[in-house]
Amino acid sequence: MYTFLRDLDRRWIFLLMGIVATVPILAGWRFPEDPSPMVRDVFHAIEDLPDGSRIFMAYDYDPASQGELHPMALAFTRHCALKGHKLYFFTLWPQGGPLIQQNIRLIERNFPDYEYGEDYVNLGYRSGQEGPIKVIVTDLRKSVAVDVNGTSLSEIPMTRDIRNIQQMDLIVNVSAGYPGTKEWVLYASTPYNIETVAGCTGVSAPYLYPYYPEQLAGILGAIKAAAEYEYTLIEEYPQLKDDPTAQEALRRMGPQLVAHVTLIVLIIVGNTIYFVGRSRGDVT
Amino acid sequence: MKRTVPLIIAGTVGFVLIVSYFIPYTESWGEDAMTWFNILAAIAFVLGAGNLVKMHLKKISDQQAGWGYSAITLAAFFFTLIVGMLKIGVTPSEKYPTNAWAGPYDQAGSAFRWVYDYLFLPLSATMFAMLAFYIASAAFRAFRAKNVEAIALLTTAFIVLLGRTYAGVWLTDWIPEESIGLEADALRLDNVTGTIMNTFNLAGMRAITIGIALGVASTSLKVLLGVDRSYLGSTDD
Repeated sequence: MYTFLRDLDRRWIFLLMGIVATVPILAGWRFPEDPSPMVRDVFHAIEDLPDGSRIFMAYDYDPASQGELHPMALAFTRHCALKGHKLYFFTLWPQGGPLIQQNIRLIERNFPDYEYGEDYVNLGYRSGQEGPIKVIVTDLRKSVAVDVNGTSLSEIPMTRDIRNIQQMDLIVNVSAGYPGTKEWVLYASTPYNIETVAGCTGVSAPYLYPYYPEQLAGILGAIKAAAEYEYTLIEEYPQLKDDPTAQEALRRMGPQLVAHVTLIVLIIVGNTIYFVGRSRGDVT
Repeated sequence: MKRTVPLIIAGTVGFVLIVSYFIPYTESWGEDAMTWFNILAAIAFVLGAGNLVKMHLKKISDQQAGWGYSAITLAAFFFTLIVGMLKIGVTPSEKYPTNAWAGPYDQAGSAFRWVYDYLFLPLSATMFAMLAFYIASAAFRAFRAKNVEAIALLTTAFIVLLGRTYAGVWLTDWIPEESIGLEADALRLDNVTGTIMNTFNLAGMRAITIGIALGVASTSLKVLLGVDRSYLGSTDD
């Protein structure tokens, strides 16, 4: 047994991980969540705003991080639309445009009363990493003169009177790295006192915790926090209980649980082999 | 000259941005500098694309190891570029119905969007998802309790791995909220995970963030004053 495990080809481990992650997806396992105070803060930052508030949706992520961040982006969009807020979509990532369109599709499908230009607008992508943030925070039109369809912001009802993003009631940022939450905090929310909440990947969450609660009103760190956010959303809006598209992050918690437990088992087995090998003199 | 002009530009623009942050009268100077930066950043995409083509063409012409991958890279690059620039499959926008190129290049149903949805998106997501398999293999082969530091790291990893799923709740839900006058539920795995992230991790990250900020400030000053010229590349004039 020892020799078998010591010489085990890593492709068997790949297969094991593939199987254990697939089972909960196929079985549709769901688990209850206990939302953390930070998740509740994010929820209330959006929920407690008066209906029809202006929200700047800065979605800075790409298809590589879609699995982790797209559910929370959709949850943010859904929550804002349920509250009737005005949504201004924008991205600093060149690959982010079509992902914003997927969020807009959610609005078109579930909120037929929402009208483009009146309730939401897609400002698209701007190059220059954090550069556009520094410009739009004082003069929106210097960086974004038209929306994705080429329509001047002066012709769109909901952008006609917007001079800069200091007029926003909240910035919602979903970030997969640079440029992302840190840049929005440094160049927009902190110097101009604009309330901001963020959603980020698991690996970047520890870098953002120092900004909470002073510079960020709340942070959703990784898919776990996204699941807690969806859970809170369903608690508040029970009509979402039967909508599977409102439970994407909750659905992902099944494979995450099994994968984490498998990792722990693999670490224990790996260490057992190591210590047995050391007692036998196989390992120095 | 090749080094002096960029040094003057970097120094001037850098100081303009600093001044515009502190003096409201000069705020518009900083905005103009940033607008120029954003335009230059867009042009950098053209330079980047040119460099990519040059590097891969050289690899193909020299028949270097893996030149086939370079050929695929270039084919994918030119295909995406052409369907995007020519807006193949894009329907005219409502505002300009007679202009065939008036719609956005990444409109749903366009050829560019097809490349994005059915090639780029699944390939990118697959690359990211493969991490799970490599982490599993690394956990089995490399994560060893060889010394005290490694044991501390392993213990923390176990707690966080369990605490970030329902397993943490399920395993330690039996711990009462209060016991002998103490808040015993702090020992539940999900709460211990919160303590690790919000106390130990937070303290460490604050120290790192402050250290980085001080380093960035001193390096920036060296760049603006022309003391650090390494960003200009070669030392030859």
